[in-house]
Amino acid sequence: MPTTTANSNRSNTVRIRVALIGCNHRTAPVELRERIAFSSQQALQAADELRNLGILEEAVVVSTCNRSELYGVPGDLSPSSGAEAMEDYFTSFHRIPRGDLEGRFYRWSGPDAVRHLFRVAAGLDSMLLGEAEILGQLRTAYNQALDHGATGPVLNRIFQGALEVGKRVRSETEVGARPMSVALAGVKLAERVFGNLKGHSALILGAGAVAEQVVEHMRNRGIGNLRVINRSFDRAAELAQRVGGEALAWESLESVLGAPDILVTSAGATGPVLTREMLERALAARSGRPVFVVDLGVPRNVAESAADLYNLYLYNIDDLGEIVEQNKKARESEIPRAEAIIAEHIDKFEAWRSALEAGTIVNDLRDQFHKHRELIIREKLKDMDDVSAEERNRIAHITEELIERLLEEPQAKLKHGRGMRGRLAGLEAIRHLFGLDEGQK
Amino acid sequence: MTHFLGDLSLALYVASFICYARILYVPNLWVGRLASVLLAGGILAQYWALYERSLSLHTVPYDDLYGSMSLFAWLLGITYLGLELFHRERAVGAFVTLLLVCWIGLLGLLTPRSLAAPTVPRGALFAFHVTLNTWAYAAFALSFILSVIYLAQDQVLRSRRLGVPFWRFPALDVLDRMARSSVYVGLVALALGVSMGFTWEHRLRGTYSWGDPKVIITMAIVGVYVAYLLLSRSANWRGARAAMLCAFNFVMVLFSYTFVNLYLTRFHRYL
Repeated sequence: MPTTTANSNRSNTVRIRVALIGCNHRTAPVELRERIAFSSQQALQAADELRNLGILEEAVVVSTCNRSELYGVPGDLSPSSGAEAMEDYFTSFHRIPRGDLEGRFYRWSGPDAVRHLFRVAAGLDSMLLGEAEILGQLRTAYNQALDHGATGPVLNRIFQGALEVGKRVRSETEVGARPMSVALAGVKLAERVFGNLKGHSALILGAGAVAEQVVEHMRNRGIGNLRVINRSFDRAAELAQRVGGEALAWESLESVLGAPDILVTSAGATGPVLTREMLERALAARSGRPVFVVDLGVPRNVAESAADLYNLYLYNIDDLGEIVEQNKKARESEIPRAEAIIAEHIDKFEAWRSALEAGTIVNDLRDQFHKHRELIIREKLKDMDDVSAEERNRIAHITEELIERLLEEPQAKLKHGRGMRGRLAGLEAIRHLFGLDEGQK
Repeated sequence: MTHFLGDLSLALYVASFICYARILYVPNLWVGRLASVLLAGGILAQYWALYERSLSLHTVPYDDLYGSMSLFAWLLGITYLGLELFHRERAVGAFVTLLLVCWIGLLGLLTPRSLAAPTVPRGALFAFHVTLNTWAYAAFALSFILSVIYLAQDQVLRSRRLGVPFWRFPALDVLDRMARSSVYVGLVALALGVSMGFTWEHRLRGTYSWGDPKVIITMAIVGVYVAYLLLSRSANWRGARAAMLCAFNFVMVLFSYTFVNLYLTRFHRYL
C-alpha cells in the first residue's frame, strides 16, 4: 500500500514517496562497484530485510555491472532519514565501511527519483548511451521483486512506466539505433549489403579479440556458415569450436577465399595478407557476387588498392571507428527527444500521484473540521440550557452541511483543476495550512 | 464526384508519404502499417476516380493523356504495394509515394479536367492491351526508382559517409531483388499487352503493324529488359552496373511513352 502518513490522530492521507540511493559508473570505480553488487538472490533478500526493518514499504534492487541502486517507498521515516537508513543498510549488507562509500552514493527522492529511473530505462544514464541491455536488466529486477511480493502500487506504477519509457525511447528516437562498437558496425554494414545474414557465409582470418566480437554478432544474426583461418591452427580450432565454426589450415586460404560473402581479417602481419589480385580471383570464382570485407588488422591485412574492386566493399578499423563516432554524435543529438518522452511519463506519474493524494487529503480535512466542530458545539452549548435537543440537532446538522459546502469546491479543484503542477501545489498548501503533516514531522 | 475522389486519393497518397518518410527516420511498425493502409486507400480512391471518369466518358479511362497518366500512377501504386508485401520491405515507399504525389499533383494542375467527347468503343481486348502496357511501364518506372536507390546506396557504402537514412534503406541485395521482381512484372505485362494488341489489330484489319514506331520501340524495350535480367546475374554486370542498365532502360520507356506516342506513331497517339 502507498505510505500512510502517521498523522497526529487518525489520518488517512496518502503521501506517495519514492526514494532512491545508489552508485553507478560515474560515481564509483569498478573496484567499488563489484563490492556492492547484488546477486538476484541477494537483491530479494535485501528487499525483504528492508521491508521487515520498516525502512521501506516497497523495494526493488537494481544491480548491473554499471550500477547498484535501491528503489523504495519509505515507511514512516522522513525522506532524509529514510535515505540515511537505506544507505546504512546498503553498507552493512555488503560489510563495507561507510567511509569507503563517502561521496559515492547519489540520493534522489520524489519526481527526481522517478526521472532517474526513467533515464536509466531509456539508456541515457548508461556508459554506452542508448544501450539496450539495461532495459532487460530492469525488467528482470522488477519482475523478480514483483513475483517475490516486494513491490506495491507505487513501485509497480513507476517500474511499468520505466519499461514503457525504455521501449518508447528505443522505438521513437535514434538514441538506441545505429551501432556503437566497431564489431557491431562491421556486421551492420554487412547487413546493408546482404540484408538478412541467414544463409550467408563468413571467413574469419586471424583470431583477434575484435574479430571474435564480430563473429559473435554474426552468430546472433544467424549467419549460415563460419570458417576460421589462423596461422596457428590450434588457435583457429579453438575459436572455431567456441563459435561453432570450422577451422581451416592457413595454406588453404586462397582456395577458400571465393566462398565467403563476408571476410573479417585481424591477422598479425607486417604487410597485406590479402592482395588485390587474390581478391580479384576470389570475386571471379564467385561470379562477381558482392564481398564485404572488414579489415580489423593493424597494419592493415587487405591491400588498399582492393577497395576499388567491383562488388567488393572494404572497411578498415579507422573507417569503422569513424562510423562509430558519427553514430555516437547522432545518438547524442537524440537526447532531447528522449528527455521529452521521459518528461511526458513523469507528468503522467505525477498526475496519478496527485489524483490519489487529492482523494484522501479532503477526507483528512473533513475529519479535522468535524473534530473542531464537535469541540466548539460542545463548548458553546454547554451553558445554554434553553437550547432544546431538537435545536441542538439542527445546529449540528447545519454545521455539518457548512463543512461539506466549504469542502465541495476545494475537492473539485484538487481533483479536476487545470494543470498537474497547480494541483500538487494546492495539495502542499493545504497540508501546510491545516497542519496535516505535523504528526509526521 | 470524380474530382472529390481524385482529391481524396491525392490526400491519402500525401498521408502515406508522410508515414513512409517518418519510418525512414524513426522506425515504427505501426506507422509502417499505417503507411501501407493509406497507400491502399489512395489506390482504392483513385480506382473509383478512374471508374467514375470512365462512366462519364462512356469509354476506358486512358483515352486521353490525363487518363493515361492517371492510370499509370494507379498501376505504379498497385505494383509497389504488391512488391512491398512480397518482399516485406517498406523503406522504398517514401520515394514511390512521393513520385505518386508529384505525378498526380502535376496532373491535376496541368491537365484540364473537362471530359473529352466519348470515343469509339474498341472492345475488351483493346482495353486489356492498353492497361497491361501501361502496367508494364509502371513496373519499369518502379524498377527505375529501385535501381536509382541501389546506386545511391552503393555510392554511400563505397564513400563510407553514412547519413541517417542509410541505416534505414533496404540492403543492396533486397533492392536488387525488388528491381528484378518489378522488371519481371513489367515484362510479363508487356508481353501479354503486346500480344493482345496484335490479336486485336489482326481481328480488326487482318494485318500486323510491325513497322509502327511504337511497336519497334516496344520490342526494343522488351529486349533491353531481358538483357538486364540476364546480365544482372553475370559476373561482370551483377550489382551497380546492372542497376545502371536498368535505370537507363527506363529512359527508353519514357521515350516510348512520350515522344513516340505524341509524334511518331500513327496508331498509338493520345486522342
